[in-house]
Amino acid sequence: MTDPIVHMENIEKHFGAVIALAGVSFDVTAGECHCLLGDNGAGKSTFIKTMSGVHKPTKGTILFEGKELKFDTPRDSMEAGIATVYQDLAMIPLMSVTRNFWMGREPTKGRGLFKRFDIDRANEITMEEMRKMGINLRGPDQAVGTLSGGERQTVAIARAVFFGAKVLILDEPTSALGVRQTSNVLATVDRVRNQGIGVVFITHNVRHAMAVGDRFTVLNRGKTLGTATKGNVTAEELQDMMAGGQELASLEGSLGGTV
Amino acid sequence: MPTEANSVDERIGTEPLISRLMKRPELGAIAGVVLVTIFFMITADSAMFTLSGILNFLTPASQLAILAIGASMLMIGGEFDLSLGSMVAFAGLFFSAAVVNFSLPLVVAIPATLVFAALVGSISGQIVVRTGLPSFIVTLAFLFILRGLSLVGLKLATGGSTQLRGVREAVEGDWLVPFFSGDAFGGFFAWLASNGWVETFKNGTPKVTGIPVEILWSIGLAVLATYVLLRTPVGNWIFAAGGDPVAASNSGVPVRKVKVSLFMLTAACAALLAIIQVLDAGSTDARRGFQKEFEAIIAAVIGGCLLTGGYGSAIGAFFGSIIFGMVVIGLTYTNFDQDWFQVFLGGMLLLAVLFNNMIRKRVTGER
Ligand SMILES: Nc1ncnc2c1ncn2[C@@H]1O[C@H](COP(=O)(O)OP(=O)(O)OP(=O)(O)O)[C@@H](O)[C@H]1O
Ligand SMILES: [Mg+2]
Repeated sequence: MTDPIVHMENIEKHFGAVIALAGVSFDVTAGECHCLLGDNGAGKSTFIKTMSGVHKPTKGTILFEGKELKFDTPRDSMEAGIATVYQDLAMIPLMSVTRNFWMGREPTKGRGLFKRFDIDRANEITMEEMRKMGINLRGPDQAVGTLSGGERQTVAIARAVFFGAKVLILDEPTSALGVRQTSNVLATVDRVRNQGIGVVFITHNVRHAMAVGDRFTVLNRGKTLGTATKGNVTAEELQDMMAGGQELASLEGSLGGTV
Repeated sequence: MPTEANSVDERIGTEPLISRLMKRPELGAIAGVVLVTIFFMITADSAMFTLSGILNFLTPASQLAILAIGASMLMIGGEFDLSLGSMVAFAGLFFSAAVVNFSLPLVVAIPATLVFAALVGSISGQIVVRTGLPSFIVTLAFLFILRGLSLVGLKLATGGSTQLRGVREAVEGDWLVPFFSGDAFGGFFAWLASNGWVETFKNGTPKVTGIPVEILWSIGLAVLATYVLLRTPVGNWIFAAGGDPVAASNSGVPVRKVKVSLFMLTAACAALLAIIQVLDAGSTDARRGFQKEFEAIIAAVIGGCLLTGGYGSAIGAFFGSIIFGMVVIGLTYTNFDQDWFQVFLGGMLLLAVLFNNMIRKRVTGER
């Protein structure tokens, strides 16, 4: 296996007295999809936010392409080539789809004082990228607030895929999506991975994880329960690990194995 | 990928022009200008809409617009500045002291005043972004601090008076004066008069000797601000920072820098107004800019700015200021009691807020 693009070593994150992460190690290499699984409140979102520069880890080191890096702002991690779809999507309802898509990285034309936002090109690329994800917009100037939850999620994914030069982080990207859009997203993850980008994929859905994942790390109460590679683990084992094993087993009977 | 994804979605109707226009934030203010104009056309003396009558209300309107354009950009960026009015007095003091007490030429005094005001503005900006306190309360504190400092400073500069005179004498003959005071295009108006195309006095001088410079400044600022907001990356950052600072920051927008810069910009707008007013009056006093912060915020709201940020327009604030000027001055051309002005203003504000709220729901498709 090649060297990891991002290697997170013993990351701890405390929010006051709350210990959200108690020493998590994780890495992602080029061209793989590394799934991060775990129950609600396990610390998945907090963890990827330390990777994307939103949170500064209380302890631990981040190695980016072998060099130690500190991300002070999300902008720093973006400039390194990491793009993220946050669980809350980081979209602004009052702004148009295009303006959201390019927020923080607007394409420009002209020079010096006449450098300006190239709206036509921005609109064109936005529509094109959205079409690739299987969504037809009414227009690029449609406000994000008027989109459905799934459409919104798709804009956020399209944006991250477009900007994710080296690493793409997806925090529960499929939670609001229908069947067709979900398979589109999973196909996109596969396509992006084949282009040599490292994908970090957070999900609750073990079937989605099994469909695209190369490695699986389960997080529980701020700690890793271990990492498994594709083929060495079954969906049931992952499911059990996520839920902490025993509780789910006792439910198995009444639910008839539907989870 | 399914092929149907590339075909046109049959659920998309074409949006009528009217409904697209309805989504522009400045629409309400433009409609307001039309309504107020019609109102005064009917009720006011016809002198109001002669050239000199129009300039008569455009002059205070454009002075307000200089503040309101700054205030609208800051509001779009999600913050308020209640210390704007006090900043006019404070910057007026700084500027007057620079030219009178220190005999600086305008080419030094004007940039120094703008930079000084921007630095003071950056203090409130830094406090707001670092503490996360509402700008409402932080700048309310500066409303008093700056007003008080203006009083104390004036007494120090004059040896006990709250008025600093002698600015006109001090700047006499300075080549920059015509850019910041008096009327522009005087030659053009004289030429119009000599051809009999504008009204003149008996001796042949035109009744209107030119366009007051503040009108040109406010138009220039409105155009520039609108360009920045709609056509530059920074404009996108301003809308984003006001719409949702966390989402904006997570998407790589330098939210803090944007907000502090906006505080600096509004303060500089206040300083520009102070320079224009002080040069015009030839003196400054501690009451300069009194309560202008409210007028500026009202003009910005009439112009389509949401109090919650993330939405609005600079050109709207410009039109909001014109409404303001028309109402204040227009009433003197009517038989109405002057004091109706406040009622009128409150009514306008209420109407504007209701209207903006409706527009916002349309834009966001709130259900
Ligand atoms: N800013 C914060 N301040 C205090 N506590 C926080 C903060 N952010 C997260 N936490 C806590 O950290 C823990 C982990 O939260 P996190 O959002 O990372 O969970 P998650 O694994 O993403 O859960 P979910 O599957 O529900 O999204 C939670 O107990 C949460 O309350
Ligand atoms: Mg989460």
